Amino acid sequence: MSNLRTPLYQWHVDHKARMVPFGGWDMPVQYAGVVAEHKPVRTAAGLFDISHMARVSVGGPDALAFLESVFTNSVATMKDDQVRYGLVCNEAGGILDDVLVYRWPYGFSVVVNASNRTKILAWFEKHRVGKNVEIVDQTDRTAMVAVQGPKSVELVAGLFDADVSKLKYYYATPTLYCRQPCVVSRTGYTGEDGFEVIVENAYAVSLWTEFVSRGAVPCGLGARDTLRLEAAMPLYGHELNEETNPIQAGLGWAVKLDKGEFIGRPALAAADPTRPVRVGLEIEGKRAAREGSPLLDADGAVAGTITSGSFCPWLDKSLAMAYVRPDLASVGTPLDADVRGSTLAATVVPLPFYKRAKA
Amino acid sequence: MSNPADLRYSPTHEWAKLDGDVVTIGVTKFAVEQLTEPTFLELPAVGKALAAGAAFGIIESVKSTSDLNSPVTGTVVERNERLLDDKAKKRAADLAPVNDDPFGAGWMLKVKLAPGATLDHLLTAAQYDEQLASDGH
Repeated sequence: MSNLRTPLYQWHVDHKARMVPFGGWDMPVQYAGVVAEHKPVRTAAGLFDISHMARVSVGGPDALAFLESVFTNSVATMKDDQVRYGLVCNEAGGILDDVLVYRWPYGFSVVVNASNRTKILAWFEKHRVGKNVEIVDQTDRTAMVAVQGPKSVELVAGLFDADVSKLKYYYATPTLYCRQPCVVSRTGYTGEDGFEVIVENAYAVSLWTEFVSRGAVPCGLGARDTLRLEAAMPLYGHELNEETNPIQAGLGWAVKLDKGEFIGRPALAAADPTRPVRVGLEIEGKRAAREGSPLLDADGAVAGTITSGSFCPWLDKSLAMAYVRPDLASVGTPLDADVRGSTLAATVVPLPFYKRAKA
Repeated sequence: MSNPADLRYSPTHEWAKLDGDVVTIGVTKFAVEQLTEPTFLELPAVGKALAAGAAFGIIESVKSTSDLNSPVTGTVVERNERLLDDKAKKRAADLAPVNDDPFGAGWMLKVKLAPGATLDHLLTAAQYDEQLASDGH
């Protein structure tokens, strides 16, 4: 089976991107190089093709009740045009996906990880039974582009009918780009201010090249990964999976146990506090401690496992996220990372590693 | 690809240059382009015996960790210390030469060939170009 291609595929190839398979798509992992793409996002603006993310509309009279039943965060308390992060969990509280829910006056949209698109659509189908909801996968008809970085506000000026620079963080608005309907949200996955734009396929290249001509640096999945690691944002398949619950992952703030019944609630209310928890690690030296590297405590006993690790270009440090025993999770705890037979000294540090200065 | 004709190449993208019985070793421009921006290098100490085809060190970039394989059999007689941390002088490794000039200032090791060892098994520049072309590069 061949991979899916976004409307920007040809642009990426024409601009010498290295293409890799990701979540069933052929996506650019880098153009100029991860470091050369990472840094402009911290200082100016970067541009990301995130069309592989699945976009699903949820409408109908029971849409709110349906979403409340499959989403750990509260939907009822969302205002129109608000965007909210949360999890979709199974009955055991294991994470099926982490998603964004957009609330509109007329319904909802859900943005889902590419790799979980089929699974989540099937899960939604299963749990809509008896509810009057219309669930439509809009992914193939639209593209999604993120512009991220301190200069993002300048870059979106005048592009859309609405003044999107007025959007609050985690709010969105339907508007027009070149007289075509689109959605702009003040969201992102880099730790920076920025916008994510959903447009009809036919306008994806036009929007993309407009951002490039305004100075946004095209960034691949490589930089997206190092940026989100610095910002300590979990990535499905690494920090999050069906064997991990949101409490362990440090995402308890996105689980509203008091909002009423939802799938996974009883299990999460009784979550085992002795399970490993997500922490940040700073690794001594410049070597990366990559995913899967075991962690040992001072006595040489198994302490946990690294889930993401890389040399981080902006902070100029080797950083990692890991799951460790709760007794080893406090800041300052020294651990040893076993990296291909070498032992690297690691220290538990506060998350996030990187936090942008408030504007 | 501009792979110098006076060097020999391993299929795993190391180069070797013979001068008397000492071979200078580094990685190719193609390897550097694949890695992009090396962040860490680990090399064996002077005096260490290397076997052709076996790993002698590690090179990392932001996204990947790769073994470095020795193109020849011999003993390390010199390292490019500029590429390594100097803990005594508190000088940090400078990997820019590997990135910017992999066939020149970015050399990594000088290895004295073991008795009877040669470079004959390594690819010529033309053969290496051909390998890269057939890999779709």
